[in-house]
Amino acid sequence: MSNPYAKLPAWAEYGLIPLVNLVVAFLVAGLVVLLVGENPLNAAYHMINGAFGRGEYIGFTLYYATTFIFTGLSVAVAFHAGLFNIGSEGQAYIGGIGVALACLWLDKTMPWFVVFPVAIVGSAAFGALWAFLPGWLQAKRGSHIVITTIMFNFIASSIMVYLLTKVMKPLGSMATQTRTFEAGGQLPKLDWLLSIFGLNVGNAPFNVSFLLALLAAFGVWVLIWRTRFGYEMRTMGHSPSAARYAGISETRITIIVMMISGGLAGMMALNPIMGEQFRMQLDFVQGAGFVGIAVALMGRSHPAGIIPAAILFGMLYQGGAEIAFEMPSISRDMIVIIQGLVILFAGALENMFRPAIGRAFAAIGSRSSAAAQTRGA
Amino acid sequence: MSDIAIELRGIDKSFGLVHANKNINLTVRKGTIHGIIGENGAGKSTLMSILYGFYQADNGDIVVDGNTVTIKDPNAAITHGIGMVHQHFMLVENFTVLENVMLGAEDSQILNTSISKARVELKRLEREYALEVDPDALIEELPVGLQQRVEILKALYRKADILILDEPTGVLTPPEADHLFRILGQLKDQGKTIIFITHKLREIMAITDEVSVMRRGEMVATRNTRETSVEELAELMVGRRVLLRVDKGEANPGAVKFSVRNLTVRDGRGVTMVDDVSFDIRAGEIVGIAGVAGNGQSELLEAISGIRKAVSGNVVLNGEAVDVTGHADPAALRTRGLAHVPEDRHHVGLVLKFEESENGILGYHRDKRYLNGVFLNTKAIQADAEEKIKKYDIRPPNPRLKTANFSGGNQQKIVLAREMERNPDVLIIGQPTRGVDVGAIEFIHKRIIEMRDQGKAVLLVSVELDEIRALSDRIIVMFAGRVVGERDPGATEGELGLLMAGVEGRKEAAE
Repeated sequence: MSNPYAKLPAWAEYGLIPLVNLVVAFLVAGLVVLLVGENPLNAAYHMINGAFGRGEYIGFTLYYATTFIFTGLSVAVAFHAGLFNIGSEGQAYIGGIGVALACLWLDKTMPWFVVFPVAIVGSAAFGALWAFLPGWLQAKRGSHIVITTIMFNFIASSIMVYLLTKVMKPLGSMATQTRTFEAGGQLPKLDWLLSIFGLNVGNAPFNVSFLLALLAAFGVWVLIWRTRFGYEMRTMGHSPSAARYAGISETRITIIVMMISGGLAGMMALNPIMGEQFRMQLDFVQGAGFVGIAVALMGRSHPAGIIPAAILFGMLYQGGAEIAFEMPSISRDMIVIIQGLVILFAGALENMFRPAIGRAFAAIGSRSSAAAQTRGA
Repeated sequence: MSDIAIELRGIDKSFGLVHANKNINLTVRKGTIHGIIGENGAGKSTLMSILYGFYQADNGDIVVDGNTVTIKDPNAAITHGIGMVHQHFMLVENFTVLENVMLGAEDSQILNTSISKARVELKRLEREYALEVDPDALIEELPVGLQQRVEILKALYRKADILILDEPTGVLTPPEADHLFRILGQLKDQGKTIIFITHKLREIMAITDEVSVMRRGEMVATRNTRETSVEELAELMVGRRVLLRVDKGEANPGAVKFSVRNLTVRDGRGVTMVDDVSFDIRAGEIVGIAGVAGNGQSELLEAISGIRKAVSGNVVLNGEAVDVTGHADPAALRTRGLAHVPEDRHHVGLVLKFEESENGILGYHRDKRYLNGVFLNTKAIQADAEEKIKKYDIRPPNPRLKTANFSGGNQQKIVLAREMERNPDVLIIGQPTRGVDVGAIEFIHKRIIEMRDQGKAVLLVSVELDEIRALSDRIIVMFAGRVVGERDPGATEGELGLLMAGVEGRKEAAE
């Protein structure tokens, strides 16, 4: 009675419901496209084709997905400990400093496979540092993490403006960016991976940080479900009172989880900085931290859900750009509307169709059991 | 006019796959007290919620006074003369009695005229039913017994002829409960019909005229109370014969294992909840703490188990001091031989979203046998869970099932298995059988006595006086945070009841 919604089979819980939500989101998005006087089917074609039509397009989709896997994992890890980290955006931004420093220091003397590990450590360390402060403030001073992480996004943004206009910009340049890295600061593309499937990556910046993202997803799974620390953080996430009873230190978990979360967000910076632009530019995160929240929600905070959700959002980014290019009356903002609808239906309205689906299952269940009874009689 | 107040015909209600009420028929005669009894989850509350308009039945009819009616919300229930006194009072704490009674039943936009009218009506009701309460007293300043009286007045003010009381004695001291029974008797004599929901057999026998028994969503029997017995009702509730009395031998108390001296604990608001409490527990004895809920028992348990910091006092476990005023880590206390079955298994003792096996290590998850370095040893955890499931007959026997999907009794067994199988020296148990079905109660009581007989020091806190009396070797009574008396288990219920109400205690303290 306390739980009026009956339990659904796993395939319905993790497959059917997200699918229904997604279909509804796209139907509503179709209506929006219709309202601006364009053909929604046409738009859908451009979206799918633009995301998956050619090897190059797939490369772009996966490039975006790489970014979203990192930020999605960042949000998800914190979520399992009951912490809502809105600050992945700022943590990723600050993480960029670690990448840039590693590259600026070593790119002329070392090959990429030496620079890459240093950059990984640097990005994670800077991201973790940026998450440590809100974590510490919550654990020791009771400042709510949602508020502090939002504020830290703004602080991060200001710090980066300062660094990229005053400190890290080469002398005499007008662009707010670091110098371009030499070969050691450039990650190789994963063209060989796509060519296995007979695809050509073309100009797409699909690079080795995708593999790192998959590795991170596996690592997060191990951390959450297979380690003592993961057990403790899940206990705290589900029930702080049970955690206190079990002698689990809330302070310790909060601070460490925030640092892991910030570290994952920071590693996101590897993808655009070392994988695409080969320099650190102003505003390189471009909202990926916030998309990470949607990715984590949609992927149910499980790495196995986050990867497809990140690919979905990668598709929306890449396919959306294609729509904007092919159909001039649909602007870039329209794409943001569609993304917003996906977030709305997959995240915020996650439970909207659950009662109906639950009833349908109950009806089928009782009918089949009734049938079994008549057959028995 | 028929002499039937309410008739339910073929009421059916499902929540998704859960069939909460199956084809329920119930006839309540006018001017009687009709008991409804059943274990937790038997569907009593759902049925009453349908009658009061919180839920709609999927099927079936409700007949009030000979007319079939639809009750789509509580307002409709009130129009048909049905009033409800909830288990958790629905009162505005910082409103006066009068304001609470008239809330939602004001008959004018101008508050003053409503108030004066309501005052006259309230006075009349108080006289007619002998339910005196000061209309201008604030609710938060009234004891729970009187708050409940306000709930009853609220229903009468709305001209209810049929009163539903949902587990009304859970928060009352025995004298308060007796008083409530007298009031219900008077209401019956005045022609009101009362539906009385409870899981306590004794109350059913004491005041009802008829009793209906529910089990697993079905109405299994209706009896004249005079023609039935506690044993028969228990059997109907559980579906098999139950042993109601606990068999236990003499206690053999040994050395003091756990001692509490001058413990004082404040809650989050700074209110002193435990006031200068001292007691000892010896090996091989069960010390029961009796008291009405909210008299400091919960805070006492939290302080001695290291969850809540005490303000002052000393606690000695196994001869070694426990830093109760500083950092008494619950995990460290566990390794020193203290096991704790918390009062609130849903929020404290278990993580309901965890698999059963994961809850089997809660608090013991740092133990090497469950770990491979920093990793969990899932095989060992699983094997451990399977062993306990077998030993404690936890059903369904599936360690991978979500804990929320176990019944209350089985959830409690999960906690007990975890804490008892550690072979602790001192076992602290809060509300061992709250929300637990009768069948499991028997098992749990037996295990607690076994622990005593193995020489453990057991501290038992329960709001069920019967349970305290059945299990304890010594009984300590708490009132308003203080220990107001100690009795042996032979003490009468009346004697303990007076202590729990703070009456005797004050006298003793004065002497």
